[in-house]
Amino acid sequence: MIPVLRQMGTLLGLLLIVLFFTIQLPDTFLTARNLINVSQQISMLAVVAFTMTVVMVMTDFDLSVGSVASLAGILAAILFAQGFPVWVGVVAALAIGIAGGMVNGFLVAVVGILPFVATLGTLTIFSGLAFFISGGKTIFGRDIPKAFSEFSRGGVPLDVLGLETIKLPYLSLVALAVLVIVWVMLEHTTYGRRLYAIGGNIEAARLAGIKVQRLRLSAFAVTGLGAAVAGLMYASRVASANPTQGAGLMLDAIAAVFLGMTMGKQGEPRVLATLVGVLILGILDNGLTQMQVDSYVREMLVGTIVIAAVSTSSLGRRA
Amino acid sequence: MTGALEFGGLTKRYGTVTVLSDVSLRLEPGRVHALMGENGAGKSTLIKLIAGVMPSDTLTLRRDGAEIPLRSAADAAAAGFRVIHQELNLVLQLSVAENILLGQPMPRRLGLLVDWPELTRRATAALAELGVTTLDVTQQAGALASGDRMLVKIASALVRSKGEAPPCLYVLDEPTAALSDFEAEKLFTVIARLKAQGAAILYVSHRLAEVMRICDDVTVLRNGQHITTTPLNATTKEEVILHMTGRKLVDGYPPRTEAIGDGMVCQIKNLCSPALSGLTFNLRRGEVLGISGLAGAGQTDVLRLFLGLERPVSGQITLDGAPLPRSPAEAWARGVAYVPRERRSQGLMMQMGSRSNTLLPHYTGLRARMADERRRTAALAASVSLKSSGPEQPVWQLSGGNQQKVVFGRALAGKPRLLLLDEPTRGVDVGAKFEIYRLVRALSAQGCAVLLSSSDLPELLGLCDRILVLQGGRQSAILDPADLAPNDLLNAFYGPTQGTEAS
Repeated sequence: MIPVLRQMGTLLGLLLIVLFFTIQLPDTFLTARNLINVSQQISMLAVVAFTMTVVMVMTDFDLSVGSVASLAGILAAILFAQGFPVWVGVVAALAIGIAGGMVNGFLVAVVGILPFVATLGTLTIFSGLAFFISGGKTIFGRDIPKAFSEFSRGGVPLDVLGLETIKLPYLSLVALAVLVIVWVMLEHTTYGRRLYAIGGNIEAARLAGIKVQRLRLSAFAVTGLGAAVAGLMYASRVASANPTQGAGLMLDAIAAVFLGMTMGKQGEPRVLATLVGVLILGILDNGLTQMQVDSYVREMLVGTIVIAAVSTSSLGRRA
Repeated sequence: MTGALEFGGLTKRYGTVTVLSDVSLRLEPGRVHALMGENGAGKSTLIKLIAGVMPSDTLTLRRDGAEIPLRSAADAAAAGFRVIHQELNLVLQLSVAENILLGQPMPRRLGLLVDWPELTRRATAALAELGVTTLDVTQQAGALASGDRMLVKIASALVRSKGEAPPCLYVLDEPTAALSDFEAEKLFTVIARLKAQGAAILYVSHRLAEVMRICDDVTVLRNGQHITTTPLNATTKEEVILHMTGRKLVDGYPPRTEAIGDGMVCQIKNLCSPALSGLTFNLRRGEVLGISGLAGAGQTDVLRLFLGLERPVSGQITLDGAPLPRSPAEAWARGVAYVPRERRSQGLMMQMGSRSNTLLPHYTGLRARMADERRRTAALAASVSLKSSGPEQPVWQLSGGNQQKVVFGRALAGKPRLLLLDEPTRGVDVGAKFEIYRLVRALSAQGCAVLLSSSDLPELLGLCDRILVLQGGRQSAILDPADLAPNDLLNAFYGPTQGTEAS
């Protein structure tokens, strides 16, 4: 009973938060329009957090996702500005995400540097690279093709559900697709099972014939790809790209996975639990903004909630 | 010296499961009291209660009839109890001296700076109390062999701050599990000294032979129940086993039933690697070859060779007609299975269930087939007689013997051609040991060749068809166990080149 309560505590917290805002904002919070809006607001964080889960399953993590997102967005924008078609920019951005992730993976898995040090290093390298290729400028306006920026404004009409004027944004659908892909990958393939084994005991996994280096490298590549996807989503949404726009993603993504880990039976990350973490952060953001709570206060509150959730969970585990 | 310690009401329940049921224990000063029982009999729980790390409502402790509180680890320390756990928790990055004085206020100068000479002096003094004078206490603890680590751990138990009562009880949990026979001898000398100083010693071990030798009394637990307490000179080995298992155990090792096959599994001629030299042997299908020597003579390196973790530099080597594997992944793929020495750090994902742990090297394809995996795990669990509540029960909840069976299950799952065993029965109770011997025999009967590295000499003699002896990484002999006694084997370890043995 107690373990179930502990595992479900974070989910309960999410429900309480929803309840709180529903009472505080009776007219504007629990509406279809606002919830759809939340789904779009959290979509980029969600993509980064879901793919971050992949490396955190191995007890690694990636601090460079924010810089990779910025770099991917700016690279696409530069190519657009030079007149390349949309698909070229998108493919190049995704490729640089994968490449960046593989650099991280190489440093961690093959060279054997701690993920903290390796990805802290690449964080500054990728960030510097984003400034370098853009000259530090924001790329916007006519340089960004309509087809690219329209994507984030479009969506699937929800007429069937009787919601005439509301569309389910493509960005939310992208996040949903990434969720499904990562979920299948981690929970239903031997690939995912091997990643969990590495997280359980890396030395034992190696001695049991798991190709630890290769798997770790590929997992970091997945995280890099996720960061690049998020960078493109961001650039499309604001129809511009600058070398720092992904910077806020990293801490929130790691926080979301940690929140989710409080729900794991053995404290392990699960991507569906990460979704709960993302929702907590996203809904807090949305609700507090509507209540016109100062953004600095919001930041303090988010930090407090993450620490509180993880502490309760680890205290509960000890007993 | 103080009087006898009387523990009463040693009881522990988890929910409806009783792991220890109202056991009493009387420990006399100056006597070594053995605590025996199969895995899961409640020994570890009993130790935790005595150490004060597990809360108990019913526990009572009396000394000379006077009640002493025992509610916390601090109470236990104040009463003069010293518990040396099975896992050697040294801080490998710190010096030996710091490890010995860990938990004590550091000697200081000017109240601020560490007084290194004083630290060294005290640590050296603590070791000297054990009769150990050859250990450099300024070196890092990580540089020590496991035998010396044990001595450091005991020395640290000896240390006490001013005004504190001298330790009156030492609890040693499987102290020889990680030691070679030679190192164990050193430990026994130390135990004799502690005993002479008037301390009581509670000695937990699976090794019946050493218990018979160094202990005065024995208490046997079975399924959390107290079975018997008796002076050891009033009982026999067979009787103790009978009490532990509750059944008559066929003593010894299952005999070979099938002849060794004709097919050659591997041929090695004059192999040299950074750690090994002069290795020359053939291994036939179904053959069990022992790898033996003093601790650290290269036994593990021989096994690592077949896992692709160690590269031969010269010599002719074939495994199934091909060169040796170059990685553990390739080794498993070619039918080499491995049971590592340290099941916790090298063998198991402790948080995961037996399903994930046993099938890990044998996943094929991309899709994970849950139902199929459950079925296979159940079959494997039955074949190694694993006792668990199901394939998803985290293995850290299992007893040591059952954890080892999970590791064996992993090895069996792939129908191996070559099985590498590194100390397969270490820290495993008599019953589980016998199961493991039976499994090794069964595999060998199916034509699987076995390399068995063990520091348990009777085990080597009982199971192996031939025994390879290593001295400092060099192959010094291949012996036929048929006409050997444990003493002969031990003599071979020291052999004619004893003086040059690097340790």
